[in-house]
Amino acid sequence: MSKIPPVKPVEQEPRIGVYVCHCGLNIAQSVDCVKVAAEAADVADVVVAKDIVYACSEPGQQQIKQDILDNDLNRVVIASCSPRLHEPTFKKMLDSVGCNPYLLDMANLREQCSWVHMNDRDGATAKAETLVNMAISRVRHLEPLYEDTLPLTPKTLVIGGGVAGIQAALDLADSGYEVTLVEKGPSIGGVMAQLDKTFPTMDCSI
Amino acid sequence: MADVGRHPRIRLLTLSEVVDVKGYVGNFKVKIIKKARYVDEKSCTACGDCVTVCPVVRPDEFNMGLGSRKAIYTPFPQAIPSSYLINAKECLGHNPAVCSKCVEVCAKGCINFHMSDEEIIEEVGTIIVATGLTPYDPTEMDEYGYTRFANVLTSLEFERLVNAGGPTKGGMIRPSDRNQPKSVGFIQCVGSRSATKGGHYCSNICCMNTVKATLIIKEHYPDVEVKVFYIDIRAFGKGFEDLYTRSRRLGAQYIRGLPGSVEETENGSLRVAVENGATGKLEFHELDMLILAQGMKPAPSTQRLQEIMGLQLTSDGFYLEAHPKLQPVDAATRGIFFAGCAEGPKDIKESVTQASAAAMRAIRLMHKGEITAEPITSTIIADKCKACGKCAEVCPYNAISVDVKAKKPAVVNSASCAGCGTCSAECHFDAISMNHFTDAQIMGQVDSMLKTAPESKILAFACNWCSYAGADYAGVSRLQYPANVHLIRVMCSGRVDEKFIWDGFRQGAPVILVSGCHIGDCHYIDANHWTQKRVDRIRKKMEKIGLRPERLQLEWISAAEGIRFAATMQRMEVLRQSVTAEELAETQSVLSKL
Repeated sequence: MSKIPPVKPVEQEPRIGVYVCHCGLNIAQSVDCVKVAAEAADVADVVVAKDIVYACSEPGQQQIKQDILDNDLNRVVIASCSPRLHEPTFKKMLDSVGCNPYLLDMANLREQCSWVHMNDRDGATAKAETLVNMAISRVRHLEPLYEDTLPLTPKTLVIGGGVAGIQAALDLADSGYEVTLVEKGPSIGGVMAQLDKTFPTMDCSI
Repeated sequence: MADVGRHPRIRLLTLSEVVDVKGYVGNFKVKIIKKARYVDEKSCTACGDCVTVCPVVRPDEFNMGLGSRKAIYTPFPQAIPSSYLINAKECLGHNPAVCSKCVEVCAKGCINFHMSDEEIIEEVGTIIVATGLTPYDPTEMDEYGYTRFANVLTSLEFERLVNAGGPTKGGMIRPSDRNQPKSVGFIQCVGSRSATKGGHYCSNICCMNTVKATLIIKEHYPDVEVKVFYIDIRAFGKGFEDLYTRSRRLGAQYIRGLPGSVEETENGSLRVAVENGATGKLEFHELDMLILAQGMKPAPSTQRLQEIMGLQLTSDGFYLEAHPKLQPVDAATRGIFFAGCAEGPKDIKESVTQASAAAMRAIRLMHKGEITAEPITSTIIADKCKACGKCAEVCPYNAISVDVKAKKPAVVNSASCAGCGTCSAECHFDAISMNHFTDAQIMGQVDSMLKTAPESKILAFACNWCSYAGADYAGVSRLQYPANVHLIRVMCSGRVDEKFIWDGFRQGAPVILVSGCHIGDCHYIDANHWTQKRVDRIRKKMEKIGLRPERLQLEWISAAEGIRFAATMQRMEVLRQSVTAEELAETQSVLSKL
């Protein structure tokens, strides 16, 4: 991600875009995404609120990016899956249109809503509305942040000298990196070294 | 293997263990203890003169105790490094007056009883964890008589028995009478796919390992009868089904059903009772030798390393990857990767594939020569800081320095700050702002959540690494729980400030949950100790002012504990229902007076 400050001055009033993802039917089957988006549209500072079939897809991202440019949005809420899955995707998306990638929040409507309240559509929809409101409130207070670069040691520690450790160490060392291979036993080889023939080729292991 | 020993860029440390890991991606500082070998690795030519004179005979671990070795030995002929070593606990020669025969005979003078353990510090940018497996010990499965009957062997023992380099030079004999068995049976799923003994998971390799063993037997001893007792034969990989077909074509019999009991006959053979799944009848098979296809367990060092590096484990005890599909070799901690059976049972091909993937992920991180650091760090607000030193005391990374005597405001070293936010939560003067998780941002979420019908809602704080991931895991597993639970994600439970809790109760939250990694598993070394202390403190205050302290709950939930997460939410809902409207009104009146 770029270290260049975003094009848009962030001191300006929050202009928030909210996107409620269907994730195909993953979210839409237990959450009324259209209703959640409509509710969000009425919240203060929200300029654009839409439901979207797949926010993470190329067309989905394209639409959000276009909205950011057309409506001068400076903060975005993506209500979709867990941020542990797609936060990097949407951070990159923001970065690509000159928005600071930290002016993003995700409401987890899939792992923590639609999938765990599958038989309670009303309850799940109400919860989704609250989660989106919480995200809007958070995104309003977010501040732009800039990543720093730090030096690193181009060297790898491999713990374990079995077949996996050996392969990893050789791949790294052959690619020019220094490797320290630590093995608890007196020799490398691990369980593999104890085998004579190995499947499926029935040849020797060492 | 030999390539590792001679590679100019690989430093090989055997008899060594990692005892401490500090630092962060790109800049880890690792402490390693290298145990004394008592033989100079570089000078030893592995001539073997020492072995002939050593009087101590011990079971040979490499051959699963089926052969013997001396107290000075090499684990196996192709060992890397090829140097011999002395097991100091077995050697008589610590006092040279007793023995020291090997010292006398070693022409190059490689043996040195005064060698001591060495502490080595390594600085590395990335770490690959490839700690492997330990074979399941079938002692507890007494019905198969592994400890009672000489001719019941584990698959790894059998492996050494028929290995050309093994104690019998590959000759298949049974241990009790050294005769060649006329019939050999295999019992599958020993320690695998069992709810009671061993693991409930499939160990992945045992079916094909048995198929391989049947082929070895049939190729060398076509007349030996081979029977395999199994639940399912899982021949799912490339070329596996061909091998299975070949085994059956060569005459190996596959009988669906796991034996109920094994008894020894007079001549040392085994009488196996099994319900044949094909016929539904109870059958008895007399076999000269019985092999238990043992499953895989995580290596014994797994848990210790998990604690040292703050990694996560699955309920099976293997390392938990950052994402099961999209980041299968990454640990949740940046810069640490998994390879081989450390992450779960797998065969050689899969281990090699994953190891190459892990190496590539490490290279991807290192090739730029620098790394980007997340700006999620804390910032001191100098004019509010009273230089009390609390933040420096709670910081697990020693990233904050404060001169208490000079009353100079604290300073954060942002390169060392990992972003747990404990300092910000503990600061009494609101003088520390935690970037991306500021008070305003979190309290904005609390306010917004409790704006309407707070009495019907459950407020829960969850740390990013364990409990939030555990909630995601509950989702992936489609575990259902009440829809009134609302999670607020923080990087660490240590970030949950006392004022968030009071703010929540003041606004009418009936119950509040704080959840984080288990003690010892904290992603930020031990920041969750401060969570524990803080919650205890708040609960005491609640009691003092007449609030039921159980309305604030603390729960440790790991990333793999989806079930525990869902169960905790059910419990929170029961607790919430116990809070009456009068109690809520009373709480608000009490808190408004403070």
